[in-house]
Amino acid sequence: MMLPKPRGAFSADVFEALRSGPSGLAEAQLPEAESPEDEAIALWSLYELHFRGFEDVEEDLEWYPAVLHLRGGLETELEARLRARRTEDAPDGDFAEAFFAFVEDFDGPSLARFVQTEADEEQVLDLLRMRSIYHLKEADPSSWVVPRLDTAPKAALVELLFDEYGAGNPNRLHHHLFARGLEAVGLRSEYGAYIDDVPVEILEQNNAMSLFGLHRRLRGAALGHLAAFEASSSMPSRRMAAGLERLGLDSTMIEYYTEHVTADAAHEQVAVRAICGTLLDQEPGLLEDVFLGAFTCLDLEARAARHLLERWGRAA
Amino acid sequence: MTAPEFDHADVVLCPGGPLLLRGEHVVRDAEGRAHPTSGPLSAVCRCGKSGSAPWCDGTHKVLPPNKRP
Repeated sequence: MMLPKPRGAFSADVFEALRSGPSGLAEAQLPEAESPEDEAIALWSLYELHFRGFEDVEEDLEWYPAVLHLRGGLETELEARLRARRTEDAPDGDFAEAFFAFVEDFDGPSLARFVQTEADEEQVLDLLRMRSIYHLKEADPSSWVVPRLDTAPKAALVELLFDEYGAGNPNRLHHHLFARGLEAVGLRSEYGAYIDDVPVEILEQNNAMSLFGLHRRLRGAALGHLAAFEASSSMPSRRMAAGLERLGLDSTMIEYYTEHVTADAAHEQVAVRAICGTLLDQEPGLLEDVFLGAFTCLDLEARAARHLLERWGRAA
Repeated sequence: MTAPEFDHADVVLCPGGPLLLRGEHVVRDAEGRAHPTSGPLSAVCRCGKSGSAPWCDGTHKVLPPNKRP
Protein backbone atom coordinates (compact mmCIF):
# COMPACT_ATOMS: atom_id res chain seq x y z
CA MET A 1 0.00 0.00 0.00
CA MET A 2 1.16 3.54 -0.76
CA LEU A 3 0.42 6.50 1.50
CA PRO A 4 -3.15 7.75 1.00
CA LYS A 5 -4.07 11.04 -0.63
CA PRO A 6 -3.67 13.97 1.76
CA ARG A 7 -6.86 15.75 2.86
CA GLY A 8 -5.35 19.16 3.65
CA ALA A 9 -2.08 21.02 4.15
CA PHE A 10 -1.30 19.22 7.42
CA SER A 11 -1.60 15.66 6.09
CA ALA A 12 0.16 16.73 2.87
CA ASP A 13 3.18 17.90 4.87
CA VAL A 14 3.10 14.85 7.17
CA PHE A 15 3.11 12.51 4.16
CA GLU A 16 5.88 14.44 2.45
CA ALA A 17 7.96 14.25 5.62
CA LEU A 18 7.28 10.51 5.99
CA ARG A 19 8.38 9.91 2.40
CA SER A 20 11.58 11.88 2.91
CA GLY A 21 12.68 9.75 5.88
CA PRO A 22 13.95 10.56 9.37
CA SER A 23 15.62 13.84 8.49
CA GLY A 24 12.46 15.14 6.79
CA LEU A 25 10.34 14.57 9.87
CA ALA A 26 12.78 15.99 12.36
CA GLU A 27 12.95 19.23 10.39
CA ALA A 28 9.32 19.52 9.30
CA GLN A 29 7.41 22.64 10.39
CA LEU A 30 3.87 21.33 10.20
CA PRO A 31 0.88 23.63 9.76
CA GLU A 32 -2.31 23.28 11.84
CA ALA A 33 -4.77 20.70 10.55
CA GLU A 34 -7.31 22.25 8.17
CA SER A 35 -10.16 19.97 9.14
CA PRO A 36 -10.99 16.88 11.21
CA GLU A 37 -10.36 14.66 8.18
CA ASP A 38 -6.98 16.31 7.50
CA GLU A 39 -6.00 15.31 11.03
CA ALA A 40 -7.67 11.88 10.94
CA ILE A 41 -6.01 10.71 7.71
CA ALA A 42 -2.61 11.74 9.12
CA LEU A 43 -3.23 9.79 12.33
CA TRP A 44 -4.58 6.79 10.43
CA SER A 45 -1.38 6.73 8.37
CA LEU A 46 0.86 7.03 11.43
CA TYR A 47 -0.99 4.06 12.96
CA GLU A 48 -0.56 2.07 9.77
CA LEU A 49 3.21 2.15 10.30
CA HIS A 50 2.45 -0.35 13.13
CA PHE A 51 0.21 -2.57 10.98
CA ARG A 52 1.37 -3.17 7.41
CA GLY A 53 3.28 0.04 6.64
CA PHE A 54 3.57 1.77 3.26
CA GLU A 55 5.73 1.01 0.27
CA ASP A 56 6.79 4.67 0.12
CA VAL A 57 7.75 4.99 3.83
CA GLU A 58 10.91 3.50 5.36
CA GLU A 59 10.13 0.75 7.89
CA ASP A 60 12.49 2.29 10.45
CA LEU A 61 10.15 5.22 10.90
CA GLU A 62 7.69 3.11 12.91
CA TRP A 63 9.61 3.81 16.15
CA TYR A 64 11.29 7.07 15.18
CA PRO A 65 10.90 9.57 18.07
CA ALA A 66 9.66 12.44 15.88
CA VAL A 67 6.95 10.17 14.44
CA LEU A 68 5.87 9.04 17.91
CA HIS A 69 5.84 12.64 19.13
CA LEU A 70 3.63 13.71 16.25
CA ARG A 71 1.33 10.72 16.77
CA GLY A 72 1.16 11.41 20.50
CA GLY A 73 -0.14 14.93 19.95
CA LEU A 74 -2.87 13.73 17.61
CA GLU A 75 -3.80 10.93 20.00
CA THR A 76 -4.17 13.30 22.94
CA GLU A 77 -6.77 15.25 20.97
CA LEU A 78 -8.57 12.13 19.78
CA GLU A 79 -8.73 10.63 23.27
CA ALA A 80 -10.02 13.88 24.76
CA ARG A 81 -12.71 14.06 22.08
CA LEU A 82 -13.81 10.46 22.65
CA ARG A 83 -13.94 10.95 26.42
CA ALA A 84 -15.91 14.20 26.10
CA ARG A 85 -18.63 12.52 24.03
CA ARG A 86 -19.46 10.12 26.83
CA THR A 87 -21.65 11.89 29.36
CA GLU A 88 -22.85 9.09 31.65
CA ASP A 89 -20.94 7.07 34.22
CA ALA A 90 -20.75 3.28 34.04
CA PRO A 91 -23.98 1.59 35.20
CA ASP A 92 -24.10 -0.16 38.58
CA GLY A 93 -24.95 -3.78 39.27
CA ASP A 94 -23.87 -7.11 37.80
CA PHE A 95 -21.31 -6.29 35.13
CA ALA A 96 -22.38 -8.71 32.37
CA GLU A 97 -26.06 -7.88 32.77
CA ALA A 98 -25.38 -4.14 32.84
CA PHE A 99 -23.06 -4.36 29.85
CA PHE A 100 -25.50 -6.28 27.65
CA ALA A 101 -28.29 -3.86 28.66
CA PHE A 102 -26.05 -0.89 27.83
CA VAL A 103 -25.44 -2.22 24.32
CA GLU A 104 -29.07 -3.22 23.76
CA ASP A 105 -30.39 0.16 24.92
CA PHE A 106 -27.98 2.25 22.85
CA ASP A 107 -30.00 4.31 20.41
CA GLY A 108 -28.49 4.71 16.97
CA PRO A 109 -29.50 4.33 13.31
CA SER A 110 -28.96 0.85 11.87
CA LEU A 111 -27.16 0.48 8.55
CA ALA A 112 -27.90 -3.24 8.64
CA ARG A 113 -31.66 -2.61 8.83
CA PHE A 114 -31.41 -0.25 5.84
CA VAL A 115 -29.43 -2.85 3.89
CA GLN A 116 -31.94 -5.54 4.78
CA THR A 117 -34.99 -3.67 3.54
CA GLU A 118 -34.15 -0.77 1.23
CA ALA A 119 -30.57 -0.32 0.06
CA ASP A 120 -29.74 -0.71 -3.62
CA GLU A 121 -26.65 -2.54 -4.84
CA GLU A 122 -24.56 0.62 -5.22
CA GLN A 123 -25.28 1.63 -1.63
CA VAL A 124 -24.32 -1.83 -0.36
CA LEU A 125 -21.06 -1.76 -2.34
CA ASP A 126 -20.42 1.71 -0.93
CA LEU A 127 -20.90 0.34 2.60
CA LEU A 128 -18.62 -2.64 1.92
CA ARG A 129 -15.86 -0.24 0.76
CA MET A 130 -16.23 1.63 4.08
CA ARG A 131 -16.19 -1.61 6.08
CA SER A 132 -13.12 -2.87 4.21
CA ILE A 133 -10.83 -0.49 6.11
CA TYR A 134 -11.44 -2.40 9.33
CA HIS A 135 -12.70 -5.78 8.15
CA LEU A 136 -9.45 -6.42 6.24
CA LYS A 137 -7.62 -6.27 9.57
CA GLU A 138 -10.46 -7.58 11.68
CA ALA A 139 -9.35 -8.28 15.29
CA ASP A 140 -5.80 -6.98 14.72
CA PRO A 141 -6.04 -3.96 17.08
CA SER A 142 -7.35 -6.26 19.86
CA SER A 143 -4.34 -8.54 19.44
CA TRP A 144 -2.06 -5.80 20.77
CA VAL A 145 -3.75 -6.13 24.15
CA VAL A 146 -2.77 -9.78 24.76
CA PRO A 147 0.63 -9.29 26.46
CA ARG A 148 -0.80 -6.58 28.73
CA LEU A 149 -3.19 -8.96 30.49
CA ASP A 150 -2.94 -11.38 33.37
CA THR A 151 -3.83 -15.07 33.05
CA ALA A 152 -7.65 -15.28 33.00
CA PRO A 153 -8.52 -12.39 30.63
CA LYS A 154 -5.49 -13.27 28.48
CA ALA A 155 -6.62 -16.90 28.02
CA ALA A 156 -10.13 -15.73 27.11
CA LEU A 157 -8.96 -13.05 24.69
CA VAL A 158 -6.68 -15.49 22.89
CA GLU A 159 -9.53 -18.01 22.75
CA LEU A 160 -11.69 -15.43 20.95
CA LEU A 161 -8.86 -14.26 18.70
CA PHE A 162 -8.03 -17.87 17.76
CA ASP A 163 -11.56 -18.16 16.35
CA GLU A 164 -11.32 -14.74 14.62
CA TYR A 165 -8.10 -15.87 13.00
CA GLY A 166 -9.59 -19.10 11.66
CA ALA A 167 -8.43 -21.50 14.40
CA GLY A 168 -5.30 -22.24 12.40
CA ASN A 169 -7.02 -22.48 9.02
CA PRO A 170 -6.17 -19.45 6.86
CA ASN A 171 -9.28 -20.02 4.78
CA ARG A 172 -11.43 -19.45 7.87
CA LEU A 173 -9.61 -16.32 9.02
CA HIS A 174 -12.26 -13.61 9.20
CA HIS A 175 -10.45 -10.87 7.34
CA HIS A 176 -9.63 -13.37 4.62
CA LEU A 177 -13.31 -14.33 4.38
CA PHE A 178 -14.09 -10.64 3.90
CA ALA A 179 -11.38 -10.28 1.23
CA ARG A 180 -12.89 -13.25 -0.64
CA GLY A 181 -16.31 -11.64 -0.30
CA LEU A 182 -15.07 -8.31 -1.69
CA GLU A 183 -13.65 -10.02 -4.76
CA ALA A 184 -16.83 -12.01 -5.25
CA VAL A 185 -18.91 -8.81 -5.44
CA GLY A 186 -16.43 -7.14 -7.80
CA LEU A 187 -14.58 -4.94 -5.29
CA ARG A 188 -10.86 -4.67 -4.59
CA SER A 189 -9.55 -6.82 -1.76
CA GLU A 190 -6.11 -5.29 -1.22
CA TYR A 191 -5.54 -3.97 2.27
CA GLY A 192 -6.48 -0.27 2.46
CA ALA A 193 -7.61 -0.13 -1.19
CA TYR A 194 -10.50 2.25 -0.45
CA ILE A 195 -8.85 4.50 2.12
CA ASP A 196 -9.14 7.55 -0.15
CA ASP A 197 -12.92 7.05 -0.40
CA VAL A 198 -13.85 6.87 3.27
CA PRO A 199 -15.23 9.78 5.32
CA VAL A 200 -13.80 11.08 8.57
CA GLU A 201 -16.29 9.00 10.58
CA ILE A 202 -14.73 5.77 9.27
CA LEU A 203 -11.20 7.07 9.84
CA GLU A 204 -12.12 7.93 13.42
CA GLN A 205 -13.65 4.48 13.97
CA ASN A 206 -10.37 2.89 12.91
CA ASN A 207 -8.19 5.37 14.76
CA ALA A 208 -10.08 4.78 18.01
CA MET A 209 -9.41 1.03 17.82
CA SER A 210 -5.70 1.63 17.20
CA LEU A 211 -5.53 4.18 20.02
CA PHE A 212 -7.10 1.75 22.50
CA GLY A 213 -5.09 -1.22 21.25
CA LEU A 214 -1.67 0.42 21.20
CA HIS A 215 -1.71 1.88 24.71
CA ARG A 216 -1.44 -0.45 27.69
CA ARG A 217 -3.04 2.31 29.77
CA LEU A 218 -6.20 1.97 27.64
CA ARG A 219 -6.51 -1.85 27.84
CA GLY A 220 -9.90 -1.52 29.53
CA ALA A 221 -11.22 0.62 26.68
CA ALA A 222 -9.78 -1.76 24.07
CA LEU A 223 -11.56 -4.74 25.61
CA GLY A 224 -14.79 -2.81 26.25
CA HIS A 225 -14.75 -1.80 22.59
CA LEU A 226 -14.21 -5.41 21.53
CA ALA A 227 -17.05 -6.62 23.75
CA ALA A 228 -19.48 -3.99 22.45
CA PHE A 229 -18.48 -4.78 18.87
CA GLU A 230 -19.19 -8.49 19.41
CA ALA A 231 -22.40 -7.79 21.35
CA SER A 232 -23.79 -5.63 18.54
CA SER A 233 -22.94 -7.97 15.68
CA SER A 234 -25.14 -11.10 15.50
CA MET A 235 -28.49 -9.57 14.60
CA PRO A 236 -27.06 -6.86 12.31
CA SER A 237 -25.05 -9.58 10.53
CA ARG A 238 -28.26 -11.49 9.92
CA ARG A 239 -29.85 -8.33 8.48
CA MET A 240 -26.80 -7.73 6.28
CA ALA A 241 -26.96 -11.31 4.98
CA ALA A 242 -30.69 -10.93 4.26
CA GLY A 243 -30.12 -7.65 2.40
CA LEU A 244 -27.31 -9.07 0.28
CA GLU A 245 -29.49 -12.06 -0.52
CA ARG A 246 -32.41 -9.78 -1.47
CA LEU A 247 -30.10 -8.00 -3.95
CA GLY A 248 -28.76 -11.28 -5.35
CA LEU A 249 -25.15 -10.56 -4.39
CA ASP A 250 -22.58 -13.36 -4.47
CA SER A 251 -22.92 -16.01 -1.75
CA THR A 252 -19.28 -15.61 -0.63
CA MET A 253 -20.03 -12.21 0.87
CA ILE A 254 -23.34 -13.46 2.29
CA GLU A 255 -21.44 -16.26 4.02
CA TYR A 256 -19.10 -13.74 5.66
CA TYR A 257 -22.13 -12.25 7.39
CA THR A 258 -23.91 -15.53 8.19
CA GLU A 259 -20.65 -16.76 9.76
CA HIS A 260 -20.80 -13.74 12.08
CA VAL A 261 -24.40 -14.39 13.15
CA THR A 262 -23.50 -17.51 15.12
CA ALA A 263 -19.79 -16.84 15.73
CA ASP A 264 -20.47 -13.51 17.40
CA ALA A 265 -23.32 -14.93 19.48
CA ALA A 266 -20.61 -17.04 21.12
CA HIS A 267 -17.95 -14.32 21.01
CA GLU A 268 -20.14 -11.79 22.82
CA GLN A 269 -20.51 -14.14 25.79
CA VAL A 270 -16.75 -14.73 25.93
CA ALA A 271 -15.92 -11.04 25.42
CA VAL A 272 -18.29 -9.76 28.08
CA ARG A 273 -18.03 -12.49 30.72
CA ALA A 274 -14.65 -14.18 30.26
CA ILE A 275 -12.58 -11.24 28.97
CA CYS A 276 -14.02 -8.03 30.45
CA GLY A 277 -15.53 -9.79 33.47
CA THR A 278 -12.26 -11.37 34.60
CA LEU A 279 -10.32 -8.21 33.75
CA LEU A 280 -12.59 -6.27 36.11
CA ASP A 281 -12.35 -8.92 38.81
CA GLN A 282 -8.62 -8.22 38.84
CA GLU A 283 -8.70 -4.52 38.05
CA PRO A 284 -12.06 -3.04 39.11
CA GLY A 285 -10.66 0.44 38.55
CA LEU A 286 -10.89 -0.16 34.78
CA LEU A 287 -14.71 -0.22 34.80
CA GLU A 288 -15.10 3.33 33.45
CA ASP A 289 -12.61 2.64 30.67
CA VAL A 290 -14.39 -0.58 29.69
CA PHE A 291 -17.57 1.47 29.26
CA LEU A 292 -15.62 4.23 27.49
CA GLY A 293 -14.55 1.61 24.93
CA ALA A 294 -18.09 0.26 24.61
CA PHE A 295 -19.63 3.71 24.24
CA THR A 296 -17.01 4.71 21.68
CA CYS A 297 -17.69 1.61 19.60
CA LEU A 298 -21.44 2.24 19.48
CA ASP A 299 -21.20 6.04 19.18
CA LEU A 300 -18.72 5.96 16.27
CA GLU A 301 -20.85 3.37 14.47
CA ALA A 302 -23.90 5.63 14.93
CA ARG A 303 -21.93 8.59 13.53
CA ALA A 304 -20.81 6.54 10.52
CA ALA A 305 -24.38 5.33 9.98
CA ARG A 306 -25.81 8.86 10.11
CA HIS A 307 -23.22 10.06 7.60
CA LEU A 308 -23.90 7.25 5.14
CA LEU A 309 -27.68 7.44 5.43
CA GLU A 310 -27.54 11.20 4.82
CA ARG A 311 -25.24 10.69 1.85
CA TRP A 312 -27.76 8.23 0.43
CA GLY A 313 -30.55 10.75 0.91
CA ARG A 314 -32.08 8.99 3.90
CA ALA A 315 -32.93 10.69 7.16
CA ALA A 316 -30.92 8.99 9.88
CA MET B 1 1.60 -14.76 46.06
CA THR B 2 0.43 -18.07 44.59
CA ALA B 3 -0.51 -19.06 41.07
CA PRO B 4 -4.15 -20.14 41.43
CA GLU B 5 -6.03 -23.01 39.84
CA PHE B 6 -8.77 -21.36 37.77
CA ASP B 7 -12.37 -22.43 37.77
CA HIS B 8 -12.73 -23.13 34.05
CA ALA B 9 -15.59 -24.93 32.30
CA ASP B 10 -16.08 -26.22 28.74
CA VAL B 11 -19.87 -25.94 28.94
CA VAL B 12 -21.16 -22.66 30.34
CA LEU B 13 -24.78 -21.69 30.96
CA CYS B 14 -24.91 -17.94 30.26
CA PRO B 15 -27.60 -16.22 32.36
CA GLY B 16 -30.40 -15.01 30.08
CA GLY B 17 -28.52 -16.32 27.04
CA PRO B 18 -27.11 -19.40 25.33
CA LEU B 19 -25.11 -22.39 26.42
CA LEU B 20 -21.51 -21.69 25.54
CA LEU B 21 -19.50 -24.66 24.26
CA ARG B 22 -15.74 -24.81 24.08
CA GLY B 23 -14.15 -27.32 21.71
CA GLU B 24 -15.52 -29.71 19.11
CA HIS B 25 -18.92 -31.23 19.72
CA VAL B 26 -21.87 -32.63 17.83
CA VAL B 27 -25.22 -31.23 18.95
CA ARG B 28 -28.35 -33.26 18.21
CA ASP B 29 -31.46 -31.08 17.77
CA ALA B 30 -35.06 -31.86 18.79
CA GLU B 31 -35.74 -33.46 15.38
CA GLY B 32 -32.78 -35.80 15.80
CA ARG B 33 -30.47 -34.06 13.32
CA ALA B 34 -26.78 -33.86 14.24
CA HIS B 35 -24.98 -30.51 13.97
CA PRO B 36 -21.18 -30.45 14.36
CA THR B 37 -19.60 -27.30 15.80
CA SER B 38 -17.63 -25.29 13.24
CA GLY B 39 -15.02 -23.62 15.42
CA PRO B 40 -13.46 -23.58 18.88
CA LEU B 41 -16.35 -21.54 20.35
CA SER B 42 -20.05 -22.18 19.87
CA ALA B 43 -23.25 -20.97 21.50
CA VAL B 44 -26.29 -23.24 21.64
CA CYS B 45 -29.71 -21.55 21.68
CA ARG B 46 -31.63 -21.87 24.96
CA CYS B 47 -34.52 -19.48 24.24
CA GLY B 48 -35.97 -21.61 21.43
CA LYS B 49 -36.36 -18.62 19.09
CA SER B 50 -33.09 -18.67 17.16
CA GLY B 51 -33.25 -18.45 13.38
CA SER B 52 -29.99 -20.44 13.24
CA ALA B 53 -31.02 -23.31 15.54
CA PRO B 54 -29.52 -25.16 17.23
CA TRP B 55 -27.03 -22.28 17.44
CA CYS B 56 -27.69 -18.98 19.19
CA ASP B 57 -28.17 -15.94 16.96
CA GLY B 58 -28.74 -13.36 19.71
CA THR B 59 -32.56 -13.44 19.43
CA HIS B 60 -32.90 -13.88 23.22
CA LYS B 61 -31.99 -10.20 23.50
CA VAL B 62 -35.23 -9.04 21.91
CA LEU B 63 -37.36 -11.20 24.21
CA PRO B 64 -38.87 -9.70 27.36
CA PRO B 65 -36.73 -10.53 30.42
CA ASN B 66 -39.20 -13.13 31.72
CA LYS B 67 -39.02 -15.05 28.42
CA ARG B 68 -35.23 -15.22 28.40
CA PRO B 69 -33.58 -18.46 29.48
